[in-house]
Amino acid sequence: MLKLSLLAAAGLARTRPLFASLASVRPEDVLEPGAALKAGRWAMVIDVRKCLAATDCPDDCARACRSEHNVPEIGDTRHEVKWLWREPGEHLFPGELDQFRGGELSRRRLPALCNHCANPPCTRVCPTGATFSRPDGIVVMDPHRCIGCRFCMAACPYGSRSFNWEDPRPHLKAVNPDYPTRTKGVVEKCTFCDERLAKGRPPACVEACKYKAMSFGDLKDAKSPVAALLRDNYSIRRKPELGTQPAVYYVI
Amino acid sequence: MIERAFIGRARSQLWLAALLIPIGVGLACYLRQFERGLAITGMGRDVIWGFYVAQFTFLVGVAASAVMVVAPFYLHQSREFARIVILGEFLAVAAVLLCILHIFVDLGQPARVLNVLIHPAPGSVMFWDMVVLSGYLVLNLVIGWTCLDCERNGAKPPGWVKPLIYLSIPWAVGIHTVTAFLYCGLPGRGLWLTALLAPRFLSSAFASGPALLVLICLALKRFAGFDAGEAGLRKLTVTVAYAMAANLFFIALEFFTAFYSGIPGHRRDLQYLFFGLDGHTAMVPWMWTSLTLMAASIPLLVASLRRRSMRILAVACSLVFVSTWIDKGLGLIAGGLAVSPLETVVDYAPTAPEVLISVGIYASGALILTLLYRIVLSVRSDADHGSAALGADS
Repeated sequence: MLKLSLLAAAGLARTRPLFASLASVRPEDVLEPGAALKAGRWAMVIDVRKCLAATDCPDDCARACRSEHNVPEIGDTRHEVKWLWREPGEHLFPGELDQFRGGELSRRRLPALCNHCANPPCTRVCPTGATFSRPDGIVVMDPHRCIGCRFCMAACPYGSRSFNWEDPRPHLKAVNPDYPTRTKGVVEKCTFCDERLAKGRPPACVEACKYKAMSFGDLKDAKSPVAALLRDNYSIRRKPELGTQPAVYYVI
Repeated sequence: MIERAFIGRARSQLWLAALLIPIGVGLACYLRQFERGLAITGMGRDVIWGFYVAQFTFLVGVAASAVMVVAPFYLHQSREFARIVILGEFLAVAAVLLCILHIFVDLGQPARVLNVLIHPAPGSVMFWDMVVLSGYLVLNLVIGWTCLDCERNGAKPPGWVKPLIYLSIPWAVGIHTVTAFLYCGLPGRGLWLTALLAPRFLSSAFASGPALLVLICLALKRFAGFDAGEAGLRKLTVTVAYAMAANLFFIALEFFTAFYSGIPGHRRDLQYLFFGLDGHTAMVPWMWTSLTLMAASIPLLVASLRRRSMRILAVACSLVFVSTWIDKGLGLIAGGLAVSPLETVVDYAPTAPEVLISVGIYASGALILTLLYRIVLSVRSDADHGSAALGADS
């Protein structure tokens, strides 16, 4: 940088492109401290009743997530990368749903994503600190530090982490230039759209669902929509017996 | 002393040259994996670990088992192991190197492996596994090398080696315990989530490692003219037999808890391995073969002791080695990961390049072991001739 400015000062460098690129930065890309959404504990509430009512659900949550975060669509199921996807209820809640009222829930496909656990086994086992919990509860992942040992995937009891078994870029139909693509050999996952929260926007899936089945907010704020929903309705979480304390709740 | 590693008879040089073939093939396959990614293996988003991690786990056991000759020799003055103890220590050295290589080839970003040291995470068992394995490597190399060098010079080992030797004994138990902790601390993985995992690991290791050592001693006698002594082999055989009995007992305990409690999370993985689950039966013949060979090995081991038969001993130790290898090198990982967190059953089979990479690593271990054993044999042969000459003089 110092070298560049020296060159510029000496009039030796062609400074025009540098300034041009600065001019092309859009105002909304620059983070304003006041604009970011903040919380004591981020949480998501999925209103399963609305999912069940939407018999023609076009999977907008998963689509929005994929295109927003450059999640590749790999044909081979073994090498799939998943951040948010829909999965039959019986897979999400094994042994929890009875055959009577739980029947429809078992068969229907419901959103599955990282639970952003308060007590995440995945961050505990990571040997490099490449994945960690933020103070606001979001479990994030630094793909640049990840060595690709997949210990976090062995530890996650929800199958919510994905490994890039091959180069994901050839499998991207369109690239969102505002979000980085990944390389082979690293783990990736849902980040509760931390990059959108930083710009004051809700997660892409929450925004995309036209049935308003997903709510997002601060669990520690009694006035937040998630706190209200959880107060007034019966909700379940995935595998609570493991003590991970998921931040994704399913209202049934 | 190291120059002795490169001097050998024609047959021995030929053996080393032959080892270079699988090493080269493995390296070529690894370069392909390095370029294409781990997609060339049989692993996937559900069975996230496979052949490499399984071999790593098995080989940690082989490394740890050196304690089965070190502890009796240094703590109980079992002179029967005088000619075997260095073989055990150097076997541990080679086995730890194999462990490290198997973990290395399993990494998605091998170039970043030093991140484990640059950004140490003391809360991660993997960090501690790296610490204890490298420590064990250094301990065995230093102890083995120093004692051998002293033997060559006809001197007593220096005083500072003794504490290292005593340290290496609990350390050996430690490496396999920490390796078990990699698995048994994970929630939601029923086959591994058992406090019995570390004892099971140790018992099968104390069977398979000494069994391999017996086989190596028999091979050295036949091909290199090195006699480890019948008494030592007999004592090792007793160790193998007891360890195998303990191992079978532990497996029976797992079966009881899983099937009598009937809790699906604990039962289904064993069910997958031994009886098949939802039509997935790929592992069933392997696991029953393993269990049958384990059970058959004990009477054979006893028979070899009674009849003083080296042939029966060789067969018995082969059965022990193969059966424990299937149990840990195939069943442990495939069984633990077969039922995914989303309740689907996924079979795993390694691909050809995956197996060839692993074979290449094993071959490089055999190469290192051969070089180390050449030094041992050469020093021993000098010592034997020296004492023979002394005997003739007197």
